[in-house]
Amino acid sequence: MSKKQEYVHPYIPNSAPKVKAEMMKDIGISDIDELYEDIPEHLRFKGKMNIPGPVLSEVDLKKEINRILAKNSNVEEYISFLGGGTAQHYVPAICDEVIGRSEFLTAYAGEPYEDHGRFQALFEYESLMAELLDVDVVNVPTYDWGQAVSTSIRMAGRIAKRDEMLVSEAISPDRMRILKNYCEPVMKITIVAHDPVSGKLDINDLKNKWSDKVAGVYFENPTYFGVIQDHGQDIADLVHQNNGVVVVGVDPSSLGILTPPSGYGADITCGDIQSLGNHMYFGGILGGFIATRDEEKYVMEYPSRLFGICKTEVEGEWGFGDVAYDRTSFGVREKGKEFIGTAAALYGISTAVYLSLMGPKGMQELGQHLVQKARYTMESLSKINGVAIKFASPHFKEFVVDFSGTGKPYSQINKALLEQKIFGGKDLTADFPELKNCALFCVTEMISKQDIDTMVEALKTVIG
Amino acid sequence: MKIKENSRLRNFHQAKWDEEIIFELHTPGERGILVPEVEEGIAAKAGDVFSLLPSNMIRKTAPALPEVGQMRVLKHFLRLSQQNLGADLNIDIGQGTCTVKYNPKINEVIARNPKASELHPHQDESTVQGALEIMYKLESYLKEVSGMDRFSLQPSSGSHAILVMASMLQKYHESRGEGHRDELITTIFSHPSDAAAAAVKGYKIITIYPDEQGFPDIEALKAAVSERTAGLFITNPEDIGIFNPRIDEFTKIVHESGGLCGYDQANLNGLMGITRAREAGFDLCFFNLHKTFSGPHGSGGPAAGALGVTKELESYLPVPLVSLTGDKYALDYSLPNTIGKTRSFFGPFPVILRAYSWIRALGAEGLTESSRIAVLNNNYLLKHITEIDGIDSPFSGGKRRIEQVRYTMEKLYNETGIGTHDVTLRMCDFGFHMWSSHHPFVVPEPATIEPTESYSKEELDEYLDGLRHIAEEARVDPETVKTAPHNSVVHKIDMSWDDDPSKWAITWRMYLKKHVNKT
Repeated sequence: MSKKQEYVHPYIPNSAPKVKAEMMKDIGISDIDELYEDIPEHLRFKGKMNIPGPVLSEVDLKKEINRILAKNSNVEEYISFLGGGTAQHYVPAICDEVIGRSEFLTAYAGEPYEDHGRFQALFEYESLMAELLDVDVVNVPTYDWGQAVSTSIRMAGRIAKRDEMLVSEAISPDRMRILKNYCEPVMKITIVAHDPVSGKLDINDLKNKWSDKVAGVYFENPTYFGVIQDHGQDIADLVHQNNGVVVVGVDPSSLGILTPPSGYGADITCGDIQSLGNHMYFGGILGGFIATRDEEKYVMEYPSRLFGICKTEVEGEWGFGDVAYDRTSFGVREKGKEFIGTAAALYGISTAVYLSLMGPKGMQELGQHLVQKARYTMESLSKINGVAIKFASPHFKEFVVDFSGTGKPYSQINKALLEQKIFGGKDLTADFPELKNCALFCVTEMISKQDIDTMVEALKTVIG
Repeated sequence: MKIKENSRLRNFHQAKWDEEIIFELHTPGERGILVPEVEEGIAAKAGDVFSLLPSNMIRKTAPALPEVGQMRVLKHFLRLSQQNLGADLNIDIGQGTCTVKYNPKINEVIARNPKASELHPHQDESTVQGALEIMYKLESYLKEVSGMDRFSLQPSSGSHAILVMASMLQKYHESRGEGHRDELITTIFSHPSDAAAAAVKGYKIITIYPDEQGFPDIEALKAAVSERTAGLFITNPEDIGIFNPRIDEFTKIVHESGGLCGYDQANLNGLMGITRAREAGFDLCFFNLHKTFSGPHGSGGPAAGALGVTKELESYLPVPLVSLTGDKYALDYSLPNTIGKTRSFFGPFPVILRAYSWIRALGAEGLTESSRIAVLNNNYLLKHITEIDGIDSPFSGGKRRIEQVRYTMEKLYNETGIGTHDVTLRMCDFGFHMWSSHHPFVVPEPATIEPTESYSKEELDEYLDGLRHIAEEARVDPETVKTAPHNSVVHKIDMSWDDDPSKWAITWRMYLKKHVNKT
């Protein structure tokens, strides 16, 4: 870096020679190397990090990175039918405005005095989610749904004091891998089958696999395949008769129109907030929620931060604090419940803004919109020769399309769609052998009738 | 006590809007935003939505969300934002261990590019080459910083990376028929998650305490290792800021017992280009991209714990990794011993993108200069803070401190009754944040300060003036300190509800049930 002597990096004010010299003199050193005297020679890095030289102007930096990003094609340029854990939903302008604010974006762990705002915003997040989920308690967001379900299962294990969990097979493959890793070796995971025709959880299989070692069951509604299960209460009754814990995963964008899991017996509800006011970012923005009723037995098993409303010494003034802090690993290290750290608070704030804007009517309209649009797409697709919709049940915004009757592998069909700037549904062949040449399609409010018709026409041409 | 004439302290008062809780703004009929209407052709073909759903799955009562007009929602959250400090506004050096540095605005501009924000993770690889390139190149830079052979960008925080390290240790030992190794060693001055996230995987935790000089006790480590040792998770410098010069002896002792070593480098801010995990003998290490590598902390996330490993452990990493063949980037799932996944998809991409941009803006020498200035700033503060009557830096070990210092206000407390907590609340009155330390408080009345490279000398002096003012005030006007804050958003909070199950209120509906509509 030949220019080293010529510039002071804008991010490092005290490298300005005069200030630096003044500070060095003040602490009695003549070279900053002296400050590293405690690091023995043999531990010093003697080489040079092979990292390209600095891009010193913002102009060049922006150009360079935008040039790399330009190699991507996004869902604004293509018509996207991709879902399966994250999907293109509309993010209101105000969500971006609020979480772009310096005060939220660059804050971290201030006290509930100078950081009163983030405590209130996250308390409101908990409160708004509680209304959507119809529960009392919601945590400050964890990393994602995978983490939320993992923790929900471990909570169920501790509450029931048993170490096996029955888990529905109709969940995302990512989530299955996450929860298996997280539960190993403390809890055993046993898979419960779904009916291949209806796509609903097979209660007989659940009964067969139940034993007095089982802490509870985890299923999703809608399932990973978009199936709305109407027998949640039957499942819950069975589990509760055996003193087990019912954990249900849910796509919260469905809850303006669908009964929330607490309405059919869920003790713990979990899921992801990406669909509520967050951009996809290549799967990089997610946020997990865990929700329960207000029962000490449940609240004390959360590893998460739970912000609570309090009073202050001034009448009428709201304060906030950490509820039952001493259950967390911040309080008591490995004796706490699992662990806690930095996760996804900012996205919780975005979701709080989203739900405040949407209100009850917005969420109802969104739910109706998604059900109708998925239905329209399913109807249109099922009229194509050789194409069938899997699972004869009502669906929410996602559904499985079976292309095996076309005589062409779906991978080939999907490639042809890609050439026409369409991201077809996710190929399920690799993850679910029984769903060979099937694809998971997702239709959101960002997809117009014309987009759907374009995709259907393209498919007709491809399939022939 | 009045602010002295030559003091840099501000006559500060934080914004206080006395803003309502969002539910109190409910006005039936108002709308915040409209949902696009379903086109006519769709409604006609799809039919009545309610006929499409099982009757017991149709929600009977709408969620009781507030109905609020758009501008009022905006105003509400902007007011809440004004009732928050962020690094952009205050001299955010009081949250030691967390490296709250400048988060360049250009990175926000870059991160808002729809070519980043509007990507679906399941898009065909040919359409996400740019995103994969960013990930691949960031990995290559982190390899240089650490000396490790391979990185996963999937862990979503430092604690998450610790969980992955523990998962990998377990799988590694099991695959070698050494599943009996069930003990994990850490130190009390390493992050609580080094103990807690490892315990999630069933490990029994052994915690090493410092010796008199403040170094983790090497004799205690020797006594702790055995054929049951799975590994060591340790920070260096630990939270107190002292570099452990025998760190390679630690890794050697653990290796000799058959364990693996994970370096918690969540905070690397004093050491970039100075000393690396590789040379200290570690098998795994991780960097918090939201700390050292400048991702904004987002009020508590998003975060990223980029995890590096040696060649021997590569096949245990979570899938997928990003590979490059010719000029084509791809997602590589072919890791025979993988622990599986720890987060859906590939990692916290916005954080990854910002870290990439930050490293590019600095280059290798800029990274080292950041560290050197961070250490200069820290030792400058150390000198002046310990000159304040009542505040000391405990432990005699180490001639210097690296990027942070754990101070103790024990003397101040003993002499005036004013301790860390009181000082923290009084610091708010001047627009500052100060933090104590992780629990347990091994150092009594602790405060942990980490100036990073971002703040000017003038700003450091202003913060110092805050501590000086309060330390003096504790002696001449303790009541003002005791009753603080006076100029913050709110006054002293009564947190008694938070530990009482009959009163705690985690949501507005709980508050209404327990405190308003009591039955």
